[in-house]
Amino acid sequence: MRANCWLGRGEVEVRQVPDPQILNSHDAVIRVSKTAICGTDLHLYDGFVPTMMKGDVLGHEFMGEVVDVGHDVETLRIGDRVVVPFPIACGRCNTCLAGDYSLCENSNPNASLAEKILGHAPGGIFGYSHMLGGFPGGQAEYARVPFADIGPIKIEDDLPDERVLFLSDILPTGYMGAEFCDITPGDVIAVWGAGPVGQFAVASAFLLGAERVIVIDRFPYRLEMARDNSGAEPVNYEESDVREALLELTAGRGPDACIDAVGLEAHHFSHAAHSYDRAKQVTRQESDRPFALREAVRNCRNGGVVSVIGVYGGFVDKFPMGSLMNRGLTLRSGQCHVQRYLRPLLDRIRNGEIDPSFVITHRLGLDDAPHGFTTFRDKEDECMKVVLTP
Amino acid sequence: MSTQNSQQQFRDPQARQPGDQGERGGARGAVRPDALGSALGWFGIGLGATELGAPDLVARAIGADDSAVSRTLTRIFGGHKIAGGVGVLGSEQPGRWLWGRVAGDLLDLSALALVAARRRVTGAGLARPLLAVGSVVGVTVLDVIAARRHSRAEAPGHLVHARSSTTIRRAPQDLYRRWHDFESLPTFMYHLDSVRTTDGTSHWKIRGPAGRKIKWDARIVEDRPDELIAWRSVGRSDVRNAGTVRFRPAPGGRGTEVQVDLEYQPPAGAAGVALAKVLGEEPGQLLAEDLRRFKQLMETGEVVRSEASPTGSRPASRLLRQHPARPLGRA
Repeated sequence: MRANCWLGRGEVEVRQVPDPQILNSHDAVIRVSKTAICGTDLHLYDGFVPTMMKGDVLGHEFMGEVVDVGHDVETLRIGDRVVVPFPIACGRCNTCLAGDYSLCENSNPNASLAEKILGHAPGGIFGYSHMLGGFPGGQAEYARVPFADIGPIKIEDDLPDERVLFLSDILPTGYMGAEFCDITPGDVIAVWGAGPVGQFAVASAFLLGAERVIVIDRFPYRLEMARDNSGAEPVNYEESDVREALLELTAGRGPDACIDAVGLEAHHFSHAAHSYDRAKQVTRQESDRPFALREAVRNCRNGGVVSVIGVYGGFVDKFPMGSLMNRGLTLRSGQCHVQRYLRPLLDRIRNGEIDPSFVITHRLGLDDAPHGFTTFRDKEDECMKVVLTP
Repeated sequence: MSTQNSQQQFRDPQARQPGDQGERGGARGAVRPDALGSALGWFGIGLGATELGAPDLVARAIGADDSAVSRTLTRIFGGHKIAGGVGVLGSEQPGRWLWGRVAGDLLDLSALALVAARRRVTGAGLARPLLAVGSVVGVTVLDVIAARRHSRAEAPGHLVHARSSTTIRRAPQDLYRRWHDFESLPTFMYHLDSVRTTDGTSHWKIRGPAGRKIKWDARIVEDRPDELIAWRSVGRSDVRNAGTVRFRPAPGGRGTEVQVDLEYQPPAGAAGVALAKVLGEEPGQLLAEDLRRFKQLMETGEVVRSEASPTGSRPASRLLRQHPARPLGRA
């Protein structure tokens, strides 16, 4: 089959690879009908996530049709149409039973590698480095899906692929980021990053009852999308002072909760500040650039919540711990526990509360994946989200 | 049964503190030098013979003056090297002789430092002594590597202890029953080749490098249903060892805490080297991965496999050469 393979920093290629086989009795094999490029794929692409290996198949947002099942799979049949959550979860360990699926205790066979880097190991993820399991991803014609009874959700009505595909990652991720904020009537939420996850964090904050949502980015087309589709108030950090804008928009209180939907490759309006962290990154003194996170912490109102759904890989420098501690902030974070949100979010899509397909700007064939990566990374052609059809 | 002595050597694992590493000490054994050790042995004999036979040549090569003192010193160093080489190649403890070579290297270096210092005073060039220093440093590094490797293998009798624990969401009796079935331990304990049980004695087998088998017999020495199983090697075993697995309910309905202690006394010689290759530098890590697979087996019914780790979890040190994350087989 054809699959989009990681070859090294800034290099992916669609290659011929073997078809996946059932390796565990709870596996299913899916013929991929739609798959997408995630912002996280760009972190892998740009070489910021350790333990990638030449030849790894990328992609953790995908859906398709079940073509094979292991003998212990009970809920799926060949021919079922499913969306696959990006975290692999066994559904049997204490953590899964508590609903924290992305921290599954059993789904990462390379846990010892993650323990060396992270202390304890999270669960496995498709196409997302060897320390997170070494599972091939879904930017391919076929994909093996472990624990097929726990992850994939069946789509039994005629909802088009493009409306349900993002249940795999970015819609629940944005939703969890908003849910972390414990939104109560009158709350103002600020979201750093108007990429696809930021768009869904904005939309979800409104769904959960936020009074106003402020979105911070530097690309006008992204800010406009958040304004036009979800009613967010845009702040372009290259044009205005973020702190001033937030104080003004909240009459001096500061946002009740701040969502970091940017992560480790953030940019900064000041070239000096950007260069400082970029230099530390290049010299391996820090792995992640935490501009958005620093701002989110400093600008949050006293006693508020900082919700981190942007991806970090290793270490950050100059984290404003004093601001967090003295002002009683709550920090919440995590890879999304997608399985927890599939059913309720599918219901919201079905009854028309949200149509996630609004973020799609580019539709390409799988063979154009390398072009999709550069277009998305360089924000060419007002790129927001690339969907690939194998 | 020759277990009386060895039994006394095994302490009660429970007496250990969390985080304890293995301990060393005890009887001696014999090993042959490996390829690097032999090469260094022969190199020492060759260079020593030159120093002894043609001290003026050597002195000139390193830039020393051709005085009677330097000739005598060079001869003494040469004698030391020959003795070291013979010791490495011929003795039963090449590791000790290799450390002797390291000491000789340090003497060489200090002599060269003196030569260089004198040439600086007299204004002669430093190229020759520096070149000599570089070569000696290179040889010293090799000597240290070989010496460390050999002395590790020569310290049999040192008791290796490994402990690991995990929490499994199953009742203690399920886990106890599964573990008690020794014959099925290799399903998740990958360093074991097979375990067979005949009337109260279990026969354990590890497959070492080049198909070499390491075998031992063991008997259960304590058996408390749903709580604890302790076993110990008996009779003529390739490796004397003992193990204990404990099951106790985890707090707050979290399942069962499983703790395993293993102790073994690596044998001398080739069997010891083979065992070390199987168990690696960190037997505790190996045990931790055994327990990870045991947990997967008991919670999900099978060992979890990814394309990068198709046989299941492994210690981090063995994950460096894994398969890429793409489907197995041919395109």
